[in-house]
Amino acid sequence: MNNNAAKAGSGATQAGRPARLSLADWMPKIVMAPTAVAAIVCIYGYMIWTAVLSFTNSRMLPTYNFVGLDQYERLFMNDRWLVALSNLGVFGGLFILTCLFLGVMLAIFLDQKIRAEGAIRTIYLYPMAISFIVTGTAWKWLLNPTNGIEKMMIELGFEDFRFNWLSDPDMVVYCLVIAAVWQASGFVMALFLAGLRGVDSEMIKAAQLDGASIFTTYRRIILPSLKPVFFSALVILSHIAIKSFDLVAALTNGGPGYSSDLPANFMYAHAFTRSQIGLGAASAMVMLGCVLAILIPYLYSELRGERHE
Amino acid sequence: MKKIALGLSSLAISVAAATAHAGEVEVLHWWTSGGEAASINVLKDLMTEEGHTWKDFAVAGGGGESAMTVLKSRAIAGNPPAAAQIKGPTIQEWGDLGFLTNLDAVAEQGQWDVVLPQVVSDVMKYDGHYVAAPVNVHRVNWMWANPEIFKKAGASIPTTWDQFFEAADKIKAAGFTPLAHGGQAWQDATLFEAIALSKGSQFYSAAFVGLDDATLRGDDMIDVFKTFKKTRDYVDSGFSGRDWNIATSMVINGDAAMQIMGDWAKGEFTAAGKKAGIDYVCYAAPGTSGQFTFNIDSLAMFQVDDENAQGAQQDLAKLMLEPTFQETFNLNKGSIPARLNMPRDKFDTCAHASMDAFLAGSSTGDLVPSMAHGMAVSSMVQGAIYDVVTNFYNNESMTAEEAVDRLARAIKASM
Amino acid sequence: MSNAAKRQTSTLDKVLRVVLYAALLAMAAVYLAPFIVMLLTSLKDVEEIRSGTLLSLPGSLNFDAWSKAWSGACTGSQCEGMAPYFLNSFQIVLPAVAISTLLGALNGYVISHWKFKGSDVFFAALLVGCFIPFQVILLPMARTLGWLGIANTTTGLVMVHVVYGVAFTTLFFRNFYQSIPVELVKAARLDGAGFFTIFYRIILPVSTPIIVVTVIWQFTQIWNDFLFGVAFSGFDTQPVTVALNNLVNTSFGGKEYNVDMAAAIIAALPTLVVYILAGKYFVRGLTAGAVKG
Repeated sequence: MNNNAAKAGSGATQAGRPARLSLADWMPKIVMAPTAVAAIVCIYGYMIWTAVLSFTNSRMLPTYNFVGLDQYERLFMNDRWLVALSNLGVFGGLFILTCLFLGVMLAIFLDQKIRAEGAIRTIYLYPMAISFIVTGTAWKWLLNPTNGIEKMMIELGFEDFRFNWLSDPDMVVYCLVIAAVWQASGFVMALFLAGLRGVDSEMIKAAQLDGASIFTTYRRIILPSLKPVFFSALVILSHIAIKSFDLVAALTNGGPGYSSDLPANFMYAHAFTRSQIGLGAASAMVMLGCVLAILIPYLYSELRGERHE
Repeated sequence: MKKIALGLSSLAISVAAATAHAGEVEVLHWWTSGGEAASINVLKDLMTEEGHTWKDFAVAGGGGESAMTVLKSRAIAGNPPAAAQIKGPTIQEWGDLGFLTNLDAVAEQGQWDVVLPQVVSDVMKYDGHYVAAPVNVHRVNWMWANPEIFKKAGASIPTTWDQFFEAADKIKAAGFTPLAHGGQAWQDATLFEAIALSKGSQFYSAAFVGLDDATLRGDDMIDVFKTFKKTRDYVDSGFSGRDWNIATSMVINGDAAMQIMGDWAKGEFTAAGKKAGIDYVCYAAPGTSGQFTFNIDSLAMFQVDDENAQGAQQDLAKLMLEPTFQETFNLNKGSIPARLNMPRDKFDTCAHASMDAFLAGSSTGDLVPSMAHGMAVSSMVQGAIYDVVTNFYNNESMTAEEAVDRLARAIKASM
Repeated sequence: MSNAAKRQTSTLDKVLRVVLYAALLAMAAVYLAPFIVMLLTSLKDVEEIRSGTLLSLPGSLNFDAWSKAWSGACTGSQCEGMAPYFLNSFQIVLPAVAISTLLGALNGYVISHWKFKGSDVFFAALLVGCFIPFQVILLPMARTLGWLGIANTTTGLVMVHVVYGVAFTTLFFRNFYQSIPVELVKAARLDGAGFFTIFYRIILPVSTPIIVVTVIWQFTQIWNDFLFGVAFSGFDTQPVTVALNNLVNTSFGGKEYNVDMAAAIIAALPTLVVYILAGKYFVRGLTAGAVKG
């Protein structure tokens, strides 16, 4: 306890303390109660329910005939699921890295006392305001070989220009990356820009007085101090990547074939259109596993970091 | 099971009392393309004339994927719509779960057993009771062609798959897209199924109704896959993810020569003001003349609590079978009436051909349920077939032999 | 430093700055391109779209597609355009944003300044809620809403959005309140100020930046939601995104890309306006502490 508080806390307060403390003790808990109830039921309750379903042979609606690990076995025998998982790896990895790279670069560029910074920043940020459904619809059009960019380039005189990633099963996943990066990188830029504005300017001045070049200053001093921002961005981006569903639904609907399927789409298709709720639940549990794998290190560092404070 | 039986009988009793009052019907459907929307409006108007309120719950997209999600979410919340567009074996699945209401009273009044062909009425019944009302019968194995392009290319309309590829080569050389196609799983399956049908109705039934392993792995099936892959060369590069009606509009606008698609495509031609036999021609898909893969659209009726709504629901079922509605609806949608012995004069030549094939097929075994449209197998098996078919079509390295093996295994795994 | 050297650096600086501006503007063009294409397309008629390219200018300014998208285009068998669904969306978004922001503020306040045994664990547990794939909860949520008797109503949708939004809002507020000195609150407690008094007098007045960030985030998320909107709405409570999907998939004869694009822009308009008008405060709010941690 610091001095100010000690001065303020006279004998009278100390006498009245137990009663007030108990009321004050309850208030935070009461305030948190609604959220707690909602979280216990709507997050954990549903998760457990899904876990239970993944061990049943539920089809159109939930039933409780337990079949052990059958659904998981079927899941990992399913070629479409394996494609979806590996797509998530490619899509997630590229999406996160590109967004981070672009976000950092644009933030650094914008932090150089740019004229009309506000306008440029808004332009970078606006895609975040648009829903993935709209993004998907717009990019589907741009990337479409018969009336999109390809047609434009051909009419501009580049007769041999080919850009048919959308109908190429090997390349289609990169279409998803392009559209998703377009949408989210501006937001990452905003995060880093905010981070840069928060960096202690004395530290930068000191480094520059020591004769460090601008690149060294960024590499050695500024970027390392933005580690928490990297972390926040990473968490938000991986959350977007894992949950990407609308984008696939609007841009490719999983096609050509099922070459651009992501786990969320696989789960949705099986649980809702194909009457295989058991299999869908199993895939959902695997997805949850992936989420926890990302989240637990984050939470660990969060809570441990606090104890050090 | 007991629960359903109880629900069915108690509702059957309440039906007679409820029919007199005006009520609301909420109809969940995914009829949103031009011809379809015009068709559903006919029903809406009829219901409004009867004094009922029509609440239109359209959920577009993806062959009803979103609509099914909505239906499940509402059913599980205990608040299903009065009527929903479901069909084929799915009706049985909903019946099993005890959600559907009994339409026997209306059916008896309207003599459904007499006016509906057996193939249709079987699909509409659960456990011997009517639970759904049919609006039409679609023929899936159609080929729509733009005669203008054939003339320009000097090709003739193909009636076998060999001829198809000959004609397609000429059309391609003339600078048109031979085959208008949309790269969505169900469209791939529609094309695939038409090719399989050209191997004979027996083969088709053994493979997609009986799911016979030997047939699925047989040489004929390998052949089907090979032909299927070959059509890929005659599709334009922008086909991926294209909606079926956009593919149809390519034929309408003279960009593409042919489309293999069910007769709902005719609704698009009609909506665009085109005339059958002049602006476009319809033939059975190559090698399948006289055969008929059927796809029956229907509205299944769900148990609802409100008595007025129950009355309106029964009225809806009654109206759907009225000859006037069956005629107008199907003129718009391109299909043929589910009712037998309807006056034919307003229908065009394509519909006449369809009606003839339907009648003839029902005695010869050439009338088969469509796999691609969920009439032949459960949604699980259908999904498994979709996956293999669509993946094969888009995967250059997979051979027909591999595909056949995968198909047989996927079907087994999904049962 | 000699004068010559100074001149040299300043020319280098100038070149660098030109390169910098060029890079920034090029990127701006890339970010803007899809929107410009959408806008141009919405102003053309169907024939121009077929014959022209993406960036070709419309022959004349033609707002027919816009008025059709707003009030005449068909979504299923209804042909009332996007207009009726706007009200639905606002009825869902406004209460949901308000409630989830308030709850988030209170939770964040508790977690950072009124810690009790287990409050950190609670926070960690809540964070998992940001990440569960929403497809998983559709069916159990539908049943819960049915039990509560609010299935397929606006109230039900608001509840769903609050429940799954509160994890994010709590995270935002917690990270922000973490930067408010603990001593400030402790002192006030010793002075006898109660839980709500401190919140009202000390915390709330400094919360503006983070409230802005949270409201923008929540507004965007909820406005743009499709999955919950389609699964939990009734026929008369469908939000704009569901209407857009219906509209884009409803066509008569050929596809009217101009109407589709106009409808897509209309659907995105409220969130765009929010970002353009409040974008400045968004970055400011993030600077004020939301990104820490």
